[in-house]
Formats: sequence, structure tokens, C-alpha cells
Amino acid sequence: MEWTQKDLIGIEPLTREQIETIFQAASGFKRILDRSVKKVPALRGKTIVNLFLEPSTRTKLAFEMAATRLSADVITVNAHASSFVKGETLKDTALNIRALNADVIVLRHSAAGAAQYLSHIVDIPVINAGDGSHEHPTQALLDGFTLLEHLGSLEGKKITILGDILFSRVARSNIFSLTKLGANVTVAGPATLVPRTFETMGANVVHDLRTALEDADAVMLLRIQHERQSSTHFPSLGEYTSMFGLNKTRAAWLKPGAIIMHPGPINRGVEIDSDLADSEQSVILEQVSNGIATRMAVLYLCTGGSLGALEAPAE
Amino acid sequence: MSKATIIRNGRIIDPKNTRDEVADLFIRDGKIVESLAPEEKKRAETIDATGRVVCPGLVDIHVHLREPGQTHKETIQTGSWAAAAGGFTTIVCMPNTNPAADTAGTIQYILDAVERDAVVRVYPTGCITHDRKGEVLAPLGSLKRAGVVAITDDGDCVQNNEIMRRGLEYAKMFNLPIMDHCQDMALTRGAVMNEGEWSIRLGLRGWPAAAEDIIVARNVVLSELTGAHVHMQHISSAGSVEIMRRAKQRKVNVTAEATPHHLALTDACIKDYNTNFKMNPPLRTEADRQALIEGLKDGTLDIVATDHAPHTNYEKDKEFDYAPFGIIGSETCFAVTREIMCGEAGVPLNELIAWLTCKPAELLNLPAGALTPGAAADVAILDPDGTWTVDEKTIFSKSRNSPWWGRELTGKTVRTLVNGKTVFADGEIVG
Repeated sequence: MEWTQKDLIGIEPLTREQIETIFQAASGFKRILDRSVKKVPALRGKTIVNLFLEPSTRTKLAFEMAATRLSADVITVNAHASSFVKGETLKDTALNIRALNADVIVLRHSAAGAAQYLSHIVDIPVINAGDGSHEHPTQALLDGFTLLEHLGSLEGKKITILGDILFSRVARSNIFSLTKLGANVTVAGPATLVPRTFETMGANVVHDLRTALEDADAVMLLRIQHERQSSTHFPSLGEYTSMFGLNKTRAAWLKPGAIIMHPGPINRGVEIDSDLADSEQSVILEQVSNGIATRMAVLYLCTGGSLGALEAPAE
Repeated sequence: MSKATIIRNGRIIDPKNTRDEVADLFIRDGKIVESLAPEEKKRAETIDATGRVVCPGLVDIHVHLREPGQTHKETIQTGSWAAAAGGFTTIVCMPNTNPAADTAGTIQYILDAVERDAVVRVYPTGCITHDRKGEVLAPLGSLKRAGVVAITDDGDCVQNNEIMRRGLEYAKMFNLPIMDHCQDMALTRGAVMNEGEWSIRLGLRGWPAAAEDIIVARNVVLSELTGAHVHMQHISSAGSVEIMRRAKQRKVNVTAEATPHHLALTDACIKDYNTNFKMNPPLRTEADRQALIEGLKDGTLDIVATDHAPHTNYEKDKEFDYAPFGIIGSETCFAVTREIMCGEAGVPLNELIAWLTCKPAELLNLPAGALTPGAAADVAILDPDGTWTVDEKTIFSKSRNSPWWGRELTGKTVRTLVNGKTVFADGEIVG
């Protein structure tokens, strides 16, 4: 189907077909990344502004890389070096960026709802690179893309998300997307970080690690989020690791051939055993690579790119 | 020569005097009278109220007038205009001004501004604690002498139970009711909306209803201990209603209010992160909303009060986490409560009028809320079926932060009189 959205604010408003359209475009772009000349002219002459008001390595670099591969120019604004520190509001910052002739804004912000808010202020595409604890749609898209590469289909597959679900935008976006794609989603972790209320989003809530991991086709690990979480939810990192950390014994409960995922950054020895992170089962770095093709797809589609034109890309 | 006014042929609803009938209302020299001499009737100012409701000017014991110190949001003058436009003739303002109203000097400042600028009656409240910090009692005796009608740390909530206990004991000496904004701060740090299905879905930090219930229970226990009158402000949770119900069964000296927005709206409204649905306490679930409606109906909750909380556009036009809490409510109160309590919940109009007139007046012992002969002629003429749009022309508050902005509402104020003199009519402030 053709894509008609100006913005990508979240997974929740998307249909299954729309998600699959993004995957199709991503597949096309992934082939380009294996060539010797890794650029296509699709977004030549356009300027993408990365407005990153929270720290980021992967997402920021992946968006810069994706924009560059599409032949767009890209400018990154980091919060601490901008007039945000002088008290300028998001609204005024966005209006100024628009007045500076930007064509797309990619926004990462610590407040949930910020991307939606921004999309009503500017008439150019707004791509949500993470809004507080709400959504991180491009992460869920690259996660889904990676899962499909390994599992073929998501229908009826058991996917477990393990860790601090309460404060995680990655968890929310993945719950939305994996349920739309037909998977059985289980969220697991300590009761203080995984309240039963997540059942209303269509996930199974489990506080017993064995039940969560047994026969899962994939496990997605989340980092304990110090910056959004207050210290009252959990005694210590040591207790988390001993109760919920993924080690070799626990990884053996997964279905044979299951994959281990993590959005990054990883805390070696906390939510994941260091060796496991580097093992054959871990697809963590593949996820990162897939993050470029999926973000190219999103930038391409939101700026009016046609899926049909991608079927035979120019060399 | 006396000044006479006749409000003709309206449906007079005066719950204090159990009156609900179509009749003429007579006013002489600013006071309600039983009748006028024929000669007076001939020269009287006549106001036609055919098809209208004529009731005591409404009473709102919870408004924020923002003066001194935050007059970019509202002033005593503009807040009194908003009240008049909503049919209110007596309002009680909260002390979370800047500086806080915790000394006689600030109370006098407010009373001077009221005298100079307000078009309706305004009574001040004072703080329970110095600067509302919850650490040291404010000079309650001095505040009483300066003219406060109640004390409250509204905006904040005394967390230290010893301080709250001593505040209740001390205030009781002066017959000062204590009004409490019931919130456990430790349970709600950083929270911006009700904790529930919607806060999980939206990724916003949630506020459990327990944080209100716990303080309501604390207040019930301390009221029992001290005998002081504690009034729970803006109750929002079913749990609080249940605690109040059992407390009243035990005849504890507690009362409670509900706001129009908590009676009408739920946390589902926040789905688009619209900050005009962000307030403290937060909008909660449909089950909570229904419990509030039941609570008003069975007398567990005593009155309606608006918690009119003006904020400028540029302050509210922000990311949900950063916007201040609160919405205006004076002008929309009658329409919203009429739709919910009379329309949806089937309560007769005179019961709604009681929650907006004699009951709040009695709660704080104010000379208002009734059309008893001899009383000041503070009168509201309302059109329960009149429609109007909430916009710049109909809102007299300095601020615009209403969830009903741009919407058409049913239930309008036709005319408001204070001391027999019209202060609002035909959609305009008079004089």
C-alpha cells in the first residue's frame, strides 16, 4: 500500500499494512547498503534536522547515516549546546528551525507526547526518535525487521521483553507493533517495573523469569533506566542481575535457535551476561545495522517517496 | 426614596427556603423583601425573567485569583468578572499567591484590591503553614482577625501529621475550617496524570488514587481526634468517596467538594496530550467519575466548587510534562454541572442549585446562598437551556485554559446582581 503520513509519531496509530510497507521499503534500502556506492539520490537537496534533546549514540548516528545515504544534508542539534539551556521552548525552537528552511525534523525528547505536539506546530514531517517513556517507533521497526529476518513470520511467535517496562518507550512501541503483526508478547521483570496494567495493551504480564523465557522465540532485553526511573522501584543493580539478568543458564530456557535482542546501550554483566552479548544467539549489532535501512525507509516515505519507485532503484 | 427592583415571572429556586415556584422577586435598597408597596412597584426597575431560573447568586468556595504576584494569569478584578459571568456573587480565593497569603498584611492587600476592583463578593483564605511549606504554622489567629474565612495550604498539602494535628487544634479555637488539598507527595513525585491504563499507554508518570485516599483518611482521623472541621477539596477518587461515606456515618466533622471537571471528564481525555486536561488532582477513570456523581447525590460529597485555576496560553502551550496544572472554571460551571448532574444523572435542578448556593455558604458560614427576606439581593438569573460557545466573547477570565474552549455548552448566565445592582447582563460586565 502507498504511504500517506507526513509524520511518524508512533506505532500505535499505524495499521499492520502500514508497518509492512515500511519493511518493504527497508528491504529495498538494505540491498543498497551492500553496494560499493551506498547512496541513492532520493532526498537530494533536502535538509534533515536532528533535534536531539536527550543523549543518543545509535539512533542519532543511524538517522545521520540514513539521511546521508539518501543524499540529504543533515544537521544535528544537541540540547546542551543549544538555546534550550537559555530556556527557549520546544515550540519556539521548532518554529525557528522551520524558518531556517529545514525539510524534516527528527525529534528525541524526554517528555512523552513531544513528537505529537511538534507535529501540530510545523508543517514539515516530524519523525519521533523517542519521546520520554511513550514511543520509539523506529526502534520497534528495526526490531520487527530483524525478527522477521530470523523467524520468517511473527504469527503466533512468543516474544518476551524483559526489564524495566514501565519507563521504556522501546517496550511500548514493540508491544504495539508485535501485537499488530500477530505475535504473542510477554513482558517480564520485577513487579514494580512491570505492572499488570500492561495487559490492557495486549501483552502477557509475567514476574517469574522461567515462565517468561521458556520456549520464547526471542527475548528483547531492556536496560534499567536510571535517568527516568526514581530509586524507589528497585533495591539495586546487583539484585536485578541476580533475579532477572540473562545468563547462560536462563538463556537455555529459550527455544532452540531463539535470538537475543537489545536496543542498546547494553550494561554488560547487568541485564545481560557479557559473553552472551557477543554470542551467536545475540543479534544486537544486526539490529543496529538494520536501523539504517529502516530509518531510510521512514525518511523516504514521510517525504512523499513512492514504494513503487524503489522496486528498481537507479544504480 | 427607596430603590425598588422586581425580577418578574421567573422560576424562583431558593433551596435554603425550600422554594421552587414561578413568582416575582422583590428587591428594595439592595435587599430581598417579601413585597413592595404599590407605589414602589410602579416605579420599580423591572427585569423580565420569564422562562428563566431565578436563584441566589452562586457561591464558589474554591477559586484562584492569582493576586498578588501572578497577575499575568488573572487579577482579583478579572477573576471577579469571570465569576459574575458564571452567575457567582460570592467567591472564596485561595492563598497560593506570591507572596503566599500567610500574614495579615497580605490579607489586607487582598481585601483592599477586592474593595477597589471586585464586582462580586470575595472572601480570602489564609495558609495553614508559613509559605505553605508545611513546617511551621502560620499566624492563624492573626489571619482570622484580618478576615480569612478558612485556612488551607491549597496547591500544597501538609505532609507532617503532627503539624496538621496542631493546625487543626489551633484553628478550631477560632472556628476556622481547614480546607485540604489531599495529596501524598512521596507517592506522586513527578506524576502528571492518573495512574492507570492511560498513563501506561501514554508513557506519562502516573498518580495513584491511593495518594489522595491516604490523606483523606489522615484528615478523617485527625478530625476525629481534634473535633476540627476539615473540608476535603476537589475529591477525585472513588476510594476517597468511600472513606468520606464511612466517616459521615460516624458523624465525623468532615465535608467535601467535587469540581465540574472531575464530574464530567476522565483520563481518557488526555490521549492527545492536550494540557487543558492536566490538573491536580488529575482526571481519573470512569468508575471514579461515577463514584463522585453518586457521592454528590447521596450527600457524601457536600458541594460543587470550581477550583478555577487560570494560566496563560504560553504557559499551558507546552509538552504535557512541563505545563502547569489547572483549568479555569467559573464561567462554565453551571453548564457543565447541569449537563452531568441533571442531564446525565437525573438530579432535579433545585438540588444542583443547592450544591452551588446554600450548601457552600453554610459550609463556610458565609452570608450568602439564599433569597431570604432581609438578605442582600445577590441574585443569579440563569437559562438552563440557553446555548453559548466558550470563546473570547464569553470568557472574562484573563486566561483561556478551558477544556471546553470552542465548544457549545447548554446552560447560561443571563444576569447577575450583587446588592440588587446588575453586574453582568447581556453577555457583558456592567459598570
